[in-house]
Amino acid sequence: MASQVSSSADQAVLGEQREPGKEIRRLDRVIIRFAGDSGDGMQLTGDRFTSETASFGNDLSTLPNFPAEIRAPAGTLPGVSSFQLHFADHDILTPGDRPDVLVAMNPAALKANIGDLPRGAEVIVNTDEFTKRAMAKVGYDASPLDDGSLSAYAVHEVPLTSLTVEALKEFELTRKEAERSKNMFALGLLSWMYHRPTEGTETFLRKKFAKKPQLAQANIAAFRAGWNFGETTEDFAVTYEVAPAADTFPPGTYRNISGNLALAYGLVTASRRSGLPLFLGSYPITPASDILHELSKHKNFGVRTFQAEDEIAGIGAALGAAFGGSLAVTTTSGPGIALKSETIGLAVSLELPLLVVDIQRGGPSTGLPTKTEQADLLQAMYGRNGEAPVPVVAPATPGECFTAALEAARIALTYRTPVFLLSDGYLANGSEPWRIPDLDELPDLRVDFATEPNHTADDGTQSFWPYLRDPATLARPWAIPGTPGLEHRIGGIEKQDGTGNISYDPANHDLMVRTRQAKVDGITVPDITVDDPTDQATTLVLGWGSTYGPITAAVRRVRGAGRQIAQAHLRHINPFPANLEKVLKAYDHVIIPEMNLGQLATLIRARYLVDARSYTQVTGLPFKAEQLAHALKEAIDVVD
Amino acid sequence: MSSTEPQPNPYAAALSLVPAADTKQTMKDFKSDQEVRWCPGCGDYAILAAVQGFLPELGLKRENIVFVSGIGCSSRFPYYMNTYGMHSIHGRAPAIATGLATSRRDLSVWVITGDGDALSIGGNHLIHALRRNVNLKILLFNNRIYGLTKGQYSPTSEVGKITKSTPMGSLDAPFNPVSLALGAEASFVARTIDSDRKHLTDVLRQAAAHHGTALVEIYQNCNIFNDGAFDSLKDRDTADEALIRLEHGAPIRFGTGGEKGVIRDRATGELTVVTVTDETADQVLVHDAHAPSPATAFALSRLADPDTLHHTPIGVLRTVDRPVYDTAMAEQLDAAVEQNGEGDLAALLAGTDTWTVVG
Repeated sequence: MASQVSSSADQAVLGEQREPGKEIRRLDRVIIRFAGDSGDGMQLTGDRFTSETASFGNDLSTLPNFPAEIRAPAGTLPGVSSFQLHFADHDILTPGDRPDVLVAMNPAALKANIGDLPRGAEVIVNTDEFTKRAMAKVGYDASPLDDGSLSAYAVHEVPLTSLTVEALKEFELTRKEAERSKNMFALGLLSWMYHRPTEGTETFLRKKFAKKPQLAQANIAAFRAGWNFGETTEDFAVTYEVAPAADTFPPGTYRNISGNLALAYGLVTASRRSGLPLFLGSYPITPASDILHELSKHKNFGVRTFQAEDEIAGIGAALGAAFGGSLAVTTTSGPGIALKSETIGLAVSLELPLLVVDIQRGGPSTGLPTKTEQADLLQAMYGRNGEAPVPVVAPATPGECFTAALEAARIALTYRTPVFLLSDGYLANGSEPWRIPDLDELPDLRVDFATEPNHTADDGTQSFWPYLRDPATLARPWAIPGTPGLEHRIGGIEKQDGTGNISYDPANHDLMVRTRQAKVDGITVPDITVDDPTDQATTLVLGWGSTYGPITAAVRRVRGAGRQIAQAHLRHINPFPANLEKVLKAYDHVIIPEMNLGQLATLIRARYLVDARSYTQVTGLPFKAEQLAHALKEAIDVVD
Repeated sequence: MSSTEPQPNPYAAALSLVPAADTKQTMKDFKSDQEVRWCPGCGDYAILAAVQGFLPELGLKRENIVFVSGIGCSSRFPYYMNTYGMHSIHGRAPAIATGLATSRRDLSVWVITGDGDALSIGGNHLIHALRRNVNLKILLFNNRIYGLTKGQYSPTSEVGKITKSTPMGSLDAPFNPVSLALGAEASFVARTIDSDRKHLTDVLRQAAAHHGTALVEIYQNCNIFNDGAFDSLKDRDTADEALIRLEHGAPIRFGTGGEKGVIRDRATGELTVVTVTDETADQVLVHDAHAPSPATAFALSRLADPDTLHHTPIGVLRTVDRPVYDTAMAEQLDAAVEQNGEGDLAALLAGTDTWTVVG
């Protein structure tokens, strides 16, 4: 058997075996959703299809959607895990609203997802799992495959499980082991349907199962069997081609990247560009843990990752490292921020650089750990005792998480302040093509530690005043332990301006509160840009964070329908860009879509006295472009 | 060891990465310009003086010493030390110090905390610091009361303590900090008393020489809210009977003329205090602070009566070598470089699956 396996591995790549005779249709974009039990490997399948698609050169956007339970009860609706991928020959902004193709690995996956499909969509069902018992479990009295309820769709009934087992019968695997490769069979079939390159997946499988070559070969065999099944069976008469998105991307080298990976890389890069060692203090929490995992791999970059006993210790250790001169970071999600609030306040008072990364998820309390939301904005802005201003940076796309990390580091290091980086579950797990930056185009983040006394007393003696500020930035000097002559003590008690000694003086407290606020207000951030192609729009749609994709897609639809609308997107929420007021007041109407109950709108209305209107959704899922376009059109209609 | 050989530096293992001072230091070098604001008569003064008096002995550069504290009376301590210092928030000093010590192995990091700070709001951080064995020295000032908030009972107060928040007496059983630390896998645990400068200094010396986390519980008198809490251990008439002074390698004898001793009950394995006779003299337990198992140290810690503090052991109960967290982390970083080379940022960002768009 071993020789058979190796000879099969040597055979020509799959694409070259494609036989003539099957129709090929050209499409400009496709939305595919893989859905199955949470143990069916749908996330891996989606990831692989995404990688194939990325390396083919399509633009793409993804939406993983999975339950919080690691193994929810098998075959149930809550246990369904799905991965949606939108790819195109042009630039796209969202994972798509309604899948053109659904791969349903069991009745639960069909039932949970069929409502999202437009008429005419293709549905590939794994008929092996449509047993009476499995169907009854999700409330199907009769088989949806027989009762005509799927007549609006093009249904492909494929016994994925048994075909996979059959394809792997020469491997010494139990039936259960063989069945596990059915996701690779499905991936092979879809790869055939959409002319995806396959070498990457085979290489990936060899690497993933390097220590179990038998399993590598079995998965590759299942993958190829799926591909061959499409090629030979009559049921699949058409394949589809989606050309690379050649004109979409500026020249450069690209890769696919998820938000959390981009954020982790941004942190490593910020460490290199600042010349400061990276220290991450963190406690595992969904959906932020992947940043901890990723950074833990990069110890050869001098990265120290500290898995703390709790959220408070995570940020505490980071703050201690910041005092010692590290580029200090803590990563968490909303519940963790609640626990870290007191330490963030201490960092505000100590005026030390510290990155606080919040990968937002559904709340309140434990909420929806694996779903996305933008409802921590006001917590980031105001969730501390006393007047404790903290800058807030928010990336708009998965790839932007990289630049947001660098920007947050710039602000923290320049102004000696904690900085919030607000990502969310959708950005964290979603992915998109990302142009790999040249190192010399990245910002210089080098810092100067204090090395000399900065104060001379009347009698000529020199001393170090830890709160003597840079007049331009209002930043205080960062003197790290080990620097002779600059020994000093700092703490959370109010300090005397300049000397940093404890002070309960009323006027001094008033001065210090206002100075800390002025420092944050004075942070230089780039102006917001407005997209208003005709300059005739009277309505502005303003967004922040991960709503960028859906808002932009919706704006295109609105404009495609002949209406005027201007769009602007905030990457800095504290402080706001200096030109924001002018931008807002240039339009008669402002609408703000958010995945919360109007938190940015509250800030905008309070700050600028602009009658901004909210459009909100808190489903744990991103906006759909169509729904948002409808809302924007209605907003314009009301105005017009 | 012959007398001609040079004396080994006792602090070499714990402080080898901390640079030595160029000149001889005195106590004055460690006094900051800030006015000390504890209540007159507070036990904290004695501890401050002992620490300031002891530090010159270490001979470390002053700028490489950091004191980190939480919240409470004792946590004002860093302001009075002419070193680097941070007065942080309630209970979190061990976590903050862990980040500092882990990222800066060239520093000598000290945590100043109290019974409320370390054992109540910060209990989690304390036990995990001890478990990790980061190179930290934790001085826990135990006055068995909340002083800064004006006199509520603390997690070390005896049951039935009448305070403002417990007018009918406190209900909860106290922690024994030494027992707690031993249970939390501490590699160094000691107890001393504010008023015994010599003993306190000797314990500080041993703590400083320990590589890893050292927990030193210091009984400290709060003369405002819990005055005399440790009088039974300090009063000449009672101290001999109440205090068990532990010396590594010495039989555990105490009492007037050393007539009392600690022996192990053969039936139960428990430690008991007996009046030593000629028959029992050779059964008296010899203190072994280096015993790999913390079991006997724990049993010693349980001899003390939680109400009267009768039979309270002081001295170093346990000091053992165990892997030190910050050292192990540094070794992992070195090993990663050895295995994979210095991180290559361009290669990291590019990953393995790329494609090129030509303009």
